[in-house]
Amino acid sequence: MNRAIHPFPGGLQIPPQKELSNSKTSVITPLPDQIILPLQQHIGAPAVPMVKTSDKILKGQVIARADGYVSVPVHASTSGRVIDIGNYTVPDPLGLKAPCIVIEPDGDDAWFEIKPTHDYQSIDPKVLQDVIREAGIVGLGGAGFPAHVKLREGMENIVDTLIINGVECEPCISCDDRLIREKPAYIVNGARMIRHAVQAKHCVIALEEDMPEAYAALKDLIDDDIELIRLPVKYPQGGERQLIKALTGKEVPSGGLPIHIGIVMHNVGTAAAAYRAVTRGEPLISRYVTVSGEVKDPKNLQVLLGTPVKHCADQCGYEEKDGQAIILGGPMMGMYVNNMLMPVIKTTNCVLVTSTYNQNPELPCIRCGQCAEVCPAELLPQQLYWYARAKNHDRLREYHLFDCIECGCCSYVCPSNIQLVQYYRKAKRQITQDEQTRTGADQARQRFIARNERLAREAQEQNEEMLAESDIDETDKQSFIRAAVERTRAKRAQMKNSENPDDHDE
Amino acid sequence: MTNERIIISSPHLHAATSVNRVMTRVIYALLPGILLSVWFFGAGVLIQCLLAVFFALGIEALMLYLRKKPLGLYLFDGSAVVTALLFALCISPYTPVWVNFAGICFAIIVAKHLYGGIGNNMFNPAMAGYVFVLLCFPVYMSAWPLPLGTAGQHAAFLQTLSIIFTGPSSVETFDALSGATILAYTKSQISGMAMISEIRNSPLFGSFAGKGSEWIAIAWVAGGIWLLFQRIIKWQMPVYFIGTIFIISLMFYWYDSDIFLSPVTVIFTGGIMLAAFFIITDPVTASTTALGKIIYVAGIGLLAYIIRTWGAYPDGVAFAVLLMNAAVPLIDNYTRPPVFGEAKNGK
Repeated sequence: MNRAIHPFPGGLQIPPQKELSNSKTSVITPLPDQIILPLQQHIGAPAVPMVKTSDKILKGQVIARADGYVSVPVHASTSGRVIDIGNYTVPDPLGLKAPCIVIEPDGDDAWFEIKPTHDYQSIDPKVLQDVIREAGIVGLGGAGFPAHVKLREGMENIVDTLIINGVECEPCISCDDRLIREKPAYIVNGARMIRHAVQAKHCVIALEEDMPEAYAALKDLIDDDIELIRLPVKYPQGGERQLIKALTGKEVPSGGLPIHIGIVMHNVGTAAAAYRAVTRGEPLISRYVTVSGEVKDPKNLQVLLGTPVKHCADQCGYEEKDGQAIILGGPMMGMYVNNMLMPVIKTTNCVLVTSTYNQNPELPCIRCGQCAEVCPAELLPQQLYWYARAKNHDRLREYHLFDCIECGCCSYVCPSNIQLVQYYRKAKRQITQDEQTRTGADQARQRFIARNERLAREAQEQNEEMLAESDIDETDKQSFIRAAVERTRAKRAQMKNSENPDDHDE
Repeated sequence: MTNERIIISSPHLHAATSVNRVMTRVIYALLPGILLSVWFFGAGVLIQCLLAVFFALGIEALMLYLRKKPLGLYLFDGSAVVTALLFALCISPYTPVWVNFAGICFAIIVAKHLYGGIGNNMFNPAMAGYVFVLLCFPVYMSAWPLPLGTAGQHAAFLQTLSIIFTGPSSVETFDALSGATILAYTKSQISGMAMISEIRNSPLFGSFAGKGSEWIAIAWVAGGIWLLFQRIIKWQMPVYFIGTIFIISLMFYWYDSDIFLSPVTVIFTGGIMLAAFFIITDPVTASTTALGKIIYVAGIGLLAYIIRTWGAYPDGVAFAVLLMNAAVPLIDNYTRPPVFGEAKNGK
């Protein structure tokens, strides 16, 4: 069956620059001196530490447990000793520190006991979901959304198509390309396993046309049970909504999820990690990372999670120079970081060293509308920009700010060089914060009202009890109340009299 | 707005584009038309262009200084030069220097900087400046040199220079050197009950439109097509604009070809072609949505034809542009396209 390709709106042709790193076989990175594992490497609630400082731990051991449903545990990526649990620099656009567990490797790399399942088809999908969750698997494509949540959505709903996303649309990054070339069986079997779990009618593995070797590697392994599709190169085709549009012609409703139109999508890395977790019992403790840009030997590395970024760059002949920027991720959506102390985490796909990053000054918008032409979400970026600058939150919502996927196409083509995405990020953060404050205030108000009601009720109950205890009948009660009221009145009158002379004195 | 960025934000790549690049290409695209204008209407065109550019840069620099904006960043973005050239191409080549100066002052100070400078102006500065001098000094706008190839006197370079800087030496010599534009002539003849077939015998008419000016119009089209290929402007704008005027004028031409000019003559006379590729395509003052752009340019076409045919002025493009500029916020508001994943019509 040939699947028709439906080009998604907008998008760009950007020089892919993959040839820098995609031709060399990946290298297993040697153990670093320190492993720094942040408790939050995914979207959702951070994990909760289960070890103490100076504990001995083994490779693959759970060192922090998941906290809640949208959360996953963290595993030790090597054996050694916990030397600290505290705040360390993590990959964060603001350069913030976050709680981490720091391990000093002992060099043995000794495994914790692992429980492989040889035949995934014999186990209940629900169990499969738990295994994947316990293995700490999140979306390795970039967002880091816990994989089991998507799986569960797939199990609870009718899934028409499962898409395994191998479209690596960001320039410079080739870690998925390398992973497919080197471990195609993991991906194909992972795809079959996830398909089994969500009972999808169709299963598609999607690649772009600039990955012929990866295509050939997968082609050898698949039967007609999986469709292998090559798409024309276009940025940002690897975006979930964009790829769904390209492959099915359907648009995920604004504000909705892919599952609402019967689609589940996982990244190739996620599929491979899930398969590995189920069949070999190995949790997610390493990943492919591309090191590219201005290093002597750009290539892909297989990196233990928690390895400092500097250690990875050093493997590729990195030399510090003035005017260089370090970018975690690709040049379009990656995050600029001002040091290399932070560790590689589950969502780190690339370390890019560059000195040609955009530093031009910003000019006023000339409303040329190029941004709207390239926007894959069909938004009106320049209107959003006006409203973001005016902090007009209602209008921002009306113009679908939250449908922005921050792909950066608008900023890329802007002749005035406006950092549009940055304005949107700020505005999104502001709106979310305001909402939280508002809900907080609403809750406080409700608590206050409830407290007043409770106090009033208690006071009344007390009075009634008092009356009941005083052992007087109804008429007496009335007279009792009247007497009390009169007493109060008299007291007030007295107070007034005593106040008035004072007034005169003044 | 050069606010200090503490965070270097993605994307870190940028396409090879800038405001300066856009404006420079617009200037290049204007050159063939300017050269032909000089050829047919004399050195006056060039002198007006140079004066306007000189004034525009000076006033722009002054305004930037007063508004405490970085001069280096804004002065040579090219927008002031484009405004100046478009203004200079609208006015008569005999326009006195102070009228040119007044128009540029209005364009740059009032229409551009009082609205907040580049990007924030609501009205096209060149058109605002032109309409300002057209309303204030109509006399200077009506006397044009006779196009090359018509019988009569043609001013020499020094003569033109002296007309611009010191005024004509006498009314008689100036009258001999100047005449009405083709549109002004046609308008006065039609009001004098002449028929189009008679009017067309005037030496002001060339093979299909105005003598000389028809070739200049073709040069604007050529420059415009180059801009289309450079992806500076979009084909929809000139096509819908010219199309609107063509269809309306065709209907009236069919209705009565004695008093209405043929559609071809209409679109190749006056400011239509210059406007189609260089004025209505100004992104700052145009609508930004796809549908809005069509409404905007069709509106200009309709108004331009109405003003030209039944209004008091021979041409109506400048007025039409300003009127539609004022309607842009409204158009934008009502033509917001559905976003990705929003229910679309007919789906």
